[in-house]
Amino acid sequence: MAKLGYFPGCSLHASAHELDDSTKALAFRLGVELTEIPDWTCCGATAAHSVNRLLSVSLPARNLSLAVTAGLDTIMAPCAACFNRLAVARHELMKHEALRKQVERIIERPLDRIPQVHSVLSWLLAEVEKGTDWVKVDLSGMKVACYYGCLLLRPPSVIVFDDPEQPVSMETIVKAVGVEPVDWHCRLRCCGAGFSVSRTGIVLRLVREILSDARDAGADAVVVGCPMCHSNLDLRQKAAVERDAGMPILFLPQLLGLAAGCGARELGLLDHMVDTQGLLGKIPVGKV
Amino acid sequence: MAKIGVFVCHCGENIGRTVDCAEVARRAMDLPGVIHAVDYKYMCSDPGQRWIIDAVREKGLDGVVVASCSPHMHEKTFREAVAAAGLNPFLCEMANIREHCSWVHENRMQATDKAADLVRIMVEKVKRNRPLQPIKVPVTKRALVIGGGIAGIQTALDIANAGVEVVLVEKEPSIGGHMAQLSETFPTLDCSQCIMTPRMVEVRQHPRIQLYTYSEVDSVDGYIGNFTVKIRKKARSVDLDKCTGCGVCTTKCPVKGIPNQFDRGLGTRRAIYVPFPQAVPNVPVIDRERCRYFQTGKCGVCAKVCQADAVNYEQTDEMVEESVGAIVVATGFELYDVGQGMEEGHRGYGEYGYGQDPDIIDGLQFERLASASGPTSGEIRRPSDGKVPERVVFIQCVGSRDEAKGISYCSKICCMYTAKHAILFKHKVHHGQAYIFYMDVRAGGKGYEEFVRRAVEEDGALYVRGRVSEVVRRKDKLLVRGADTLMGRPVQIEADMVVLATAVKPQPGIEALAQKLRTSYDDYHFFKEAHPKLRPVESSSAGIFLAGACQAPRDIPDSVAMASAAASKVLGLFGAKELEREPIVARVNEVTCVGCFQCEKVCAYGAIERKEIRDRKGQLIKVVARVNEGVCQGCGTCQATCPSKSVELEGFTDEEIFAEINAVPVPS
Amino acid sequence: MRTLDLSRTSDGISDKLKRICGEAVERCYQCGKCTAGCPVAEDMDMPANQVIRLVQLGQGELALESEAIWLCLGCETCTARCPREVDLAGIMDALRELSMERNPAKAARKIRAFHQAFLDQIKLFGRVPEFALIGEYKLRSWAFFQDVLDAPTMAKKGKIKLMPQKVKGASEVRRIFKRCMEESARREK
Repeated sequence: MAKLGYFPGCSLHASAHELDDSTKALAFRLGVELTEIPDWTCCGATAAHSVNRLLSVSLPARNLSLAVTAGLDTIMAPCAACFNRLAVARHELMKHEALRKQVERIIERPLDRIPQVHSVLSWLLAEVEKGTDWVKVDLSGMKVACYYGCLLLRPPSVIVFDDPEQPVSMETIVKAVGVEPVDWHCRLRCCGAGFSVSRTGIVLRLVREILSDARDAGADAVVVGCPMCHSNLDLRQKAAVERDAGMPILFLPQLLGLAAGCGARELGLLDHMVDTQGLLGKIPVGKV
Repeated sequence: MAKIGVFVCHCGENIGRTVDCAEVARRAMDLPGVIHAVDYKYMCSDPGQRWIIDAVREKGLDGVVVASCSPHMHEKTFREAVAAAGLNPFLCEMANIREHCSWVHENRMQATDKAADLVRIMVEKVKRNRPLQPIKVPVTKRALVIGGGIAGIQTALDIANAGVEVVLVEKEPSIGGHMAQLSETFPTLDCSQCIMTPRMVEVRQHPRIQLYTYSEVDSVDGYIGNFTVKIRKKARSVDLDKCTGCGVCTTKCPVKGIPNQFDRGLGTRRAIYVPFPQAVPNVPVIDRERCRYFQTGKCGVCAKVCQADAVNYEQTDEMVEESVGAIVVATGFELYDVGQGMEEGHRGYGEYGYGQDPDIIDGLQFERLASASGPTSGEIRRPSDGKVPERVVFIQCVGSRDEAKGISYCSKICCMYTAKHAILFKHKVHHGQAYIFYMDVRAGGKGYEEFVRRAVEEDGALYVRGRVSEVVRRKDKLLVRGADTLMGRPVQIEADMVVLATAVKPQPGIEALAQKLRTSYDDYHFFKEAHPKLRPVESSSAGIFLAGACQAPRDIPDSVAMASAAASKVLGLFGAKELEREPIVARVNEVTCVGCFQCEKVCAYGAIERKEIRDRKGQLIKVVARVNEGVCQGCGTCQATCPSKSVELEGFTDEEIFAEINAVPVPS
Repeated sequence: MRTLDLSRTSDGISDKLKRICGEAVERCYQCGKCTAGCPVAEDMDMPANQVIRLVQLGQGELALESEAIWLCLGCETCTARCPREVDLAGIMDALRELSMERNPAKAARKIRAFHQAFLDQIKLFGRVPEFALIGEYKLRSWAFFQDVLDAPTMAKKGKIKLMPQKVKGASEVRRIFKRCMEESARREK
């Protein structure tokens, strides 16, 4: 079994546990062994880089060092924010020797080797390129809006595996399991991020725009790669849109998990605020 | 015994304040071989030069050292003075005690010592200098112009009208370049083709212009005054001499709908086509990759309907050789492709959707829409559905002034042509509104500022100061998200069409031509001028001149002016019977040369030739190197490379240089 | 709107900024592309390009007092599209860092309170238990009644975990915090 370091991040154990459940279920079907980085701590998310630059590099650096110590030379963080902080920290540490030495002192751990950092996008893109014989359920007919959000592809100097303005990785992944990605325009529009609680009005405005574009494009669901995006689009959907018919918001591993034949409960699909039963009812349960 | 004269200049206060010039002259008199040493306030002045001339004559000096400024400044002055006195000018050297001494030191005592040392070094060199004569090179009085746009056309006409033969090579099937694609030109709004086509016809009919269209330069050999150029005439598949230009073939060809390059993809053509109605020559060409006959062997309709029997499928590329004395490069520009055809190293503009959405076009495409001979007969209609757009957003600086995704420089012409587009749009769509997102409006030419004001005040163009972040399709409109930095607010516009003013770049693949010509290009691959201020139409290579936008983004009046300037350089070159060149060239000692040809490998100018040395019976003894005096630029690389010390630069022989080195004082 | 006195070329903010994030504000030529793409530009008291303009004019203190720097989402759209490759998101971070010593603009209080609550949780537990985060945020911001109605549904779906996990690295993380604050303060001297 291929070994992959796993950084769940704080929200995956609580409000975004569906992402944790589905990632693990999918990884099993893909034959990937996820090894959680022992004793990992918070990456600092938005709060750390908003307040202190040194802290914003040191907190992720601790986790990068722990991974190497545990023998993991590649790690994956399903949460887009965690991925972004880890990837940016890696980039800064590799670029600036003086910073690396300073952070080594601060975290009291070695940084001579730094693991590769994958997002759920780059990880799954590599997986589907290897082959799709793990796909057991025919999802053709389902149309989804691939929502990248901000942090999976930016800053372009750090995250280089896809085009930052016209990305194709998520579309490639969903097409590989027979799902049709719709052509829509809010793919990279920010959802409002961490303002969910402190400035809810802004989030509602941004979410409204994203969801109406997805609806106009004919999507059955919106696929996301970030717990923050999910929370804003799912938890806040009722307040933003004031409609009965909801737009289900799926995590990318949940969608692929469905294709792999996982059950809805296993993937956490029954724990969303916006009902997914309607969508699940349309999927024919059958072999490919 | 040598009779050297030393002349030390004060250069006013420039040298005199830091160096004790009188002392330097005194010490020079103690040097072996120096019989005359004086100092003076301004050696380069008339009285100063007079002193030198008189001293040479009266004392019979056989060598002169002028200790003053850099040779870049006055070597020519002093050598001419010395020549006027009857002494070979190459027996006069300069010791730079200004840029290399007084300008970079402060301590008077040490600077004076150094100046005296510099004088001694040059005295030792001059004792070993040999008299040299300028080299005379014959000149072929014919010119080659590469590129048949407005600059190439102007150059060719100017040279030909002066009585000199010109060969004009153009890679497209017709001359005219980008100017032929324009609708109207700023600031007069003249119809572009109306003012240009008379010139194009003049070129075609001129008795002294040999026009090769649909042709490219294949190779260039030789040197200034004596170039041999091989030109590839690509196979048109139509006989130029037989074709009458009736155009029937272009209407009968069954292969239709090919995106037309002249209309930049907005219009279509057939497999046999004339690029545009006013093409010169008005002879069609067959696109063999799309032609049914060439791809499948079937069809042949054009040959059948041609009354003049001009279609010739058997035609092949033909090579011709021309001898010329000067070359003018006028290859023009191309617009930066911000869409799918992205060049390596550029990130492109995915956020503007060019290439993804048909209603997002570039400036030249808008010209074709506006042009009466264009795909919409001059009506502004958007490509997606042919509707007349009411709100058009023009975005400036797409690719320009943008080192993140494009190039750092300003493309110069876009502010003006965008103002023009706004005016044309308003003239054709009376109820339309043009919006222009800009950073700065650059309108420096004659009548240019007034033209921009006209766009604003008479034709209602709304200029919004700020860049655009993204353009997204919203059903049948394009949502443009920009900013007005003057108000400090984000703005948005629902537009019907968006026009991007994309950056001006050199022709793609121009590097290959530059290499054939052995001439330099800059970081952006524009041809490099010899000096940015004072020699803008000469390239870095002797005998090769530059005209138009191939050297930098340029509008039509400047291109035409530069073209005439290049022509005058060519005519100046041809004015003399022979070319005189400075004799600072390399010479091979054929006795010691072993024929290893390391020099040939390192010569950047291709000046090393091979010479066979034969005995009386005609048998080959050895092959040695020989320097072509016409091409050699005197860089000295061969001299440094030669393992047997068989090649030396006249005026900088090993003996002379070692004399200088040995004269440098060794600290005790 | 009072006149800005530019006789004094700089209040030192641009140098401090450069020491934190390495960016040179002189590179910005005020094209406004950042403002054009900013999702919260319409909510800011001054848009992104004007925040940098203040620093360019030597009036960085005014930028530190703005609400705008706290409204920045950190979405990095500006950085991704800036034609001069100015990392504006990084500059916003650095301005926030510099403004921590001051009282926040009234409108930004809630946002700062959220960040501080978040960081406090990391210091205490090494990871952020969301229930405790929301609790502390409410205390700091007095937004007691917000989202209360959603709580039971969220709990049923397993989205609220009451007990924080035990993480050994918490004490290490506390030391990291302390050292970062000390080294940042030392840099400013």
